[in-house]
Amino acid sequence: MPRMNAAQRHGIEFTLNGRKVRAEAENRMLLSDLLRHEIGLTGTHVGCEHGVCGACTVQIDGKPARACLTLAQQVRGSDVRTVEALAPDPAELSPLQAAFRRHHGLQCGFCTPGILMSLDALLRERPDAGREDIREHLSGHLCRCTGYATIVKAALAAAEEQRKEETTNA
Amino acid sequence: MTRLKTAGALIGHTVERVEDAGLLTGRGRYIDDLPVRRDTAHLAILRSPHGHAEIRSIDTAAARALPGVFAVLTGDDVARLTRSMTVGVKANVECWPIARDRVRYVGEPVALVVAENRYVAEDALDLIEVDYETLPAVVDPEKALAEDAPVLHPSLGTNLINERSFRYGDPEAAFAAAAHRVSIRIAYPRNSCTPIETYGVIADYDPGEDAYDVTANFQGPFSIHAVISRALNVPGNRMRLRTPPDSGGSFGIKQGVFPYVILAAVAARVAGRPVKWIEDRLEHLTASVSATNRVTTLEAAVAADGRIAALSWDQLEDCGAHLRAPEPATLYRMHGNMTGAYAIENVAIRNRVVLTNKTPTGLNRGFGGPQVYFALERLVHKIADELGLDRLAVIRRNLVPANAFPYRTATGGLLDSGDYQTAIDRACAEGGLQSLQQRRDAARAEGRLYGIGYAAVVEPSVSNMGYITTVLTPEERAKAGPKNGAQAVATVAIDPLGSVTVKVASVPQGQGHRTVLAQVVAERLGLPLEAVRVNTELDTARDAWSIASGNYASRFAAAVAGAAALAADRIRDRLAAIAAAQLNVTADRIDFGAGKLFDRDNSDNAISFGRVAAASHWAPGTLPDGTGQTIRETVFWTPEQLEAPTATDGINSSLCHGFIFDICGVEIDRATGHVRIDRYVTMHDCGRILHPGMVDGQVRGGFAQAVGAALYEEYAYGGDGSFLTGTLADYLIPTVMETPEPLILHHETPSPFTPLGAKGVGEGNCMSTPVSIANAVADALGVEDIRLPLSPSRVSEWLYVEERPSSKPQDVAPVATGASGERLLTGAGSADVVATRESVWTMLLDPNTLKAIIPGAHEVRKVSDTHFRAEVTLGIGPVKGRYRADIRLSDMIAPEAVTLSGGTEGALGSGRGTGRVTLTETATGTRIDYRYEAAIGGKVASVGGRLLDGAARVVIGQFFQALARHAGGGGPPSAAAGLIQRIANVFRRRG
Repeated sequence: MPRMNAAQRHGIEFTLNGRKVRAEAENRMLLSDLLRHEIGLTGTHVGCEHGVCGACTVQIDGKPARACLTLAQQVRGSDVRTVEALAPDPAELSPLQAAFRRHHGLQCGFCTPGILMSLDALLRERPDAGREDIREHLSGHLCRCTGYATIVKAALAAAEEQRKEETTNA
Repeated sequence: MTRLKTAGALIGHTVERVEDAGLLTGRGRYIDDLPVRRDTAHLAILRSPHGHAEIRSIDTAAARALPGVFAVLTGDDVARLTRSMTVGVKANVECWPIARDRVRYVGEPVALVVAENRYVAEDALDLIEVDYETLPAVVDPEKALAEDAPVLHPSLGTNLINERSFRYGDPEAAFAAAAHRVSIRIAYPRNSCTPIETYGVIADYDPGEDAYDVTANFQGPFSIHAVISRALNVPGNRMRLRTPPDSGGSFGIKQGVFPYVILAAVAARVAGRPVKWIEDRLEHLTASVSATNRVTTLEAAVAADGRIAALSWDQLEDCGAHLRAPEPATLYRMHGNMTGAYAIENVAIRNRVVLTNKTPTGLNRGFGGPQVYFALERLVHKIADELGLDRLAVIRRNLVPANAFPYRTATGGLLDSGDYQTAIDRACAEGGLQSLQQRRDAARAEGRLYGIGYAAVVEPSVSNMGYITTVLTPEERAKAGPKNGAQAVATVAIDPLGSVTVKVASVPQGQGHRTVLAQVVAERLGLPLEAVRVNTELDTARDAWSIASGNYASRFAAAVAGAAALAADRIRDRLAAIAAAQLNVTADRIDFGAGKLFDRDNSDNAISFGRVAAASHWAPGTLPDGTGQTIRETVFWTPEQLEAPTATDGINSSLCHGFIFDICGVEIDRATGHVRIDRYVTMHDCGRILHPGMVDGQVRGGFAQAVGAALYEEYAYGGDGSFLTGTLADYLIPTVMETPEPLILHHETPSPFTPLGAKGVGEGNCMSTPVSIANAVADALGVEDIRLPLSPSRVSEWLYVEERPSSKPQDVAPVATGASGERLLTGAGSADVVATRESVWTMLLDPNTLKAIIPGAHEVRKVSDTHFRAEVTLGIGPVKGRYRADIRLSDMIAPEAVTLSGGTEGALGSGRGTGRVTLTETATGTRIDYRYEAAIGGKVASVGGRLLDGAARVVIGQFFQALARHAGGGGPPSAAAGLIQRIANVFRRRG
């Protein structure tokens, strides 16, 4: 780790959604602010800035992490993935996203990106995830609109679809 | 009104939402995502750490000098450029969006900083010095009425800002004749539906035209636009208010962004550049808006068979420190339906509105309903219990008869439609009440705590903009002129390629308005869903709008979607006339379908929609005479049933009245007091359902928020006005784990008053669910005075009347509360140092030594021999902040004893206290004994409260360790941990 100075901006290189990026930030800048206001990827939302609501969840080296509790400087050399990377192409939704749309897993959509990033990581790591695993992972997120039932339903449907896909491909 | 024919393939079906693709891929455009001008600066707000204090002075010099700061404004700076906000009752008070000479709630804005970014702006807040003189605070609405209560607004002379009494029918005679009188007293707490997206404002000012241009995630009602314009001292056409394409939830709360619209607008004017403000979560929880807390006494005159002849309401409404528009609307929104689902002919109401040292209240989902129905439905349960009747039988006996609709209530409401009896019968049958009762009986037979609760609720929607004038006397109303109605507006437009755009002023925050409007308009024009595009952004400078515009009072489906259908039908009639001429048939034979207009009797005789639709653009001369253009049609629709209050205070406060009947089964864990919702059935009559998926989404969402309000959530205040629930770890919103899945049932009786037969649906469970859970808990425990939230600790109090003393001796004083309600810390301790009394004495009075030994001290200044000023940084739990300490010495007996007294003040909180230090000679040096008493308030108390006692011990321990080290010759006799332990051990419960 290079020696850093609080009064200065320091360069950070990392991989963001599959591309190498270079940005500059003060030491105290949060990852959420770097992504949103320096790089301009506003899909990651900020709901509480103290790690409770989960809206800002991104994946750092494959693991879900709160961007509001991560300093931008901490992702040097890491692989960061945000909601903008989930869809296979701009005109198509990923199976998880499509399931959210089909099952009305969102209303205002503000908490949704964080939830998608958590569930995406879960379904990648645990393709056999069932209702309780999904609820467990979802419990790190607050949603004020849906009452959660349709989110669970969407996640279960996406998991099921993913398993079918894998069986077909196998 | 004539019902429109809507037997199509889209309305009433669950289609996928057009909103979702963007929201799921991170392409939503919420306020903080919008592009701004390159010179846009950021606003940060310094807020009051005190519940009640005079502002002696504000020193902004250091903040202004910080590089990157463009402007700093105080209340007086804002006042110079604005006017006090309009207050909705006649009272001698001013209502400013920022404190001037006095702060009246924790979180009240005190100063504004505009800087190049948020980080610098917040740095500058730390540099502003405010000198406060704290005043006694009052947070309890009943105590606020006491003779000796602190008065918030000296100009008013009292905290009672409004009182009105109402009388309908002959309540006195009914009570005199009644076989029974049953009453209940309710204290409904404060809570908030807390959207996950906080407030945001982007404001600009054009000095050349003296005009403001503001984008805010405001939700309406746009009657508030008038309040903003007046406060900014400009005509309405120089106050352009826009809303972003997406909003991250509101539930009423984002109505309360409007004072910040005023502040950001003025800040932009002073800074000479656009200003952006995004509220943080602590600000939101502390100082946005919440529902009102209310103390209600409700009494019923009841016949032996349980029939209620009269109700007498006494409502004491706590609106916080200021009566901000549209308050006291929470108290009056239900006025037409104060008899709920029941036919009760005689009603007396006494409404009082009181001000306390809490955050001003505003809109919150359910708006007035939770407070009213908690009292009414608890009372109906109690009536059954006291008379030995079946609870459901008492509910049924009092219902408005199914053949009585439209039914005029005693207080002037007009219940549009319903069949409450059938809805209840179906809920009991399809919801499995019988098996639930067996389940309860079986649980009880095993000694478990199980209860069943009901709630029957009328859910009002589409507010009469005149209902709030019921707060005025008939004479005052006559003088002010009648207010009534609720203009809904929709525009349907056709472009030169014949595609259709819908524009409404409904300002959704996630409800899917764009999808439903596309359904409605596409169906009426015979087009596929995707052929219609809907825009719901609102721009007051360009769009059609009125005071009722916005997203509140569940008005969308009933009013806005209806207005869109009416606009589509006007265009449709003209298109039919144009097509008829071209197809050589009469217009009444033209039908719409599959993107075509065709002869109903010969569908081959057809013409494409696009061709007919574009004719007004390309060939207006070819239109049949008198047809008129088909380019754009705007419909304003206001229902005739929304009349102004009558001379006898009758008011139809809402256009539509849905019905809800809930059945709740709870089991309470005897060991922990945890309330588990075992089964929940919610039956809804919201008239005609336009999109079943969205209706159920609204029900589930409202239900989840109501579960939070019933079991977990409360905006809690200390007695000094300190706010105790400033994080989402303190204000507990249900996660998926705490949110049960209700069984949702529907019984549709279309409204005869709305174009599509629809009624509102989004708020009902916020009204019905808290009380049905409370009724179930009351049934399980046999407790009458049920207070929310039903936290395990509260329920345990009812389970175990007295808590057994802990078997482990306590070595730490529990939280005490001072006379003025602040968090009180007391303690005593001692330390031995290897130095003479004289040298320790000198050290204690030397600023340089103090700077070296006070933990976190940056600077210690000696103002006089007995007066010191210090700057320190202290971290308490997650909250680290800079404080200014002012310390005075008294009762000095050199070198034996001294009393230190003073206070600390910082952005994060404040404290004051006294300490007595005595020095005694020992064989090895000096023994220092100390004893202190301190009171702490503000943000530190709200977010770090639980950690305060421990943190104080650590800090004091560090001080004496450092003193011992500084005194030279080794440390204190025991190790640091030992010292802290010893200090802790001498803490004693305060007498």
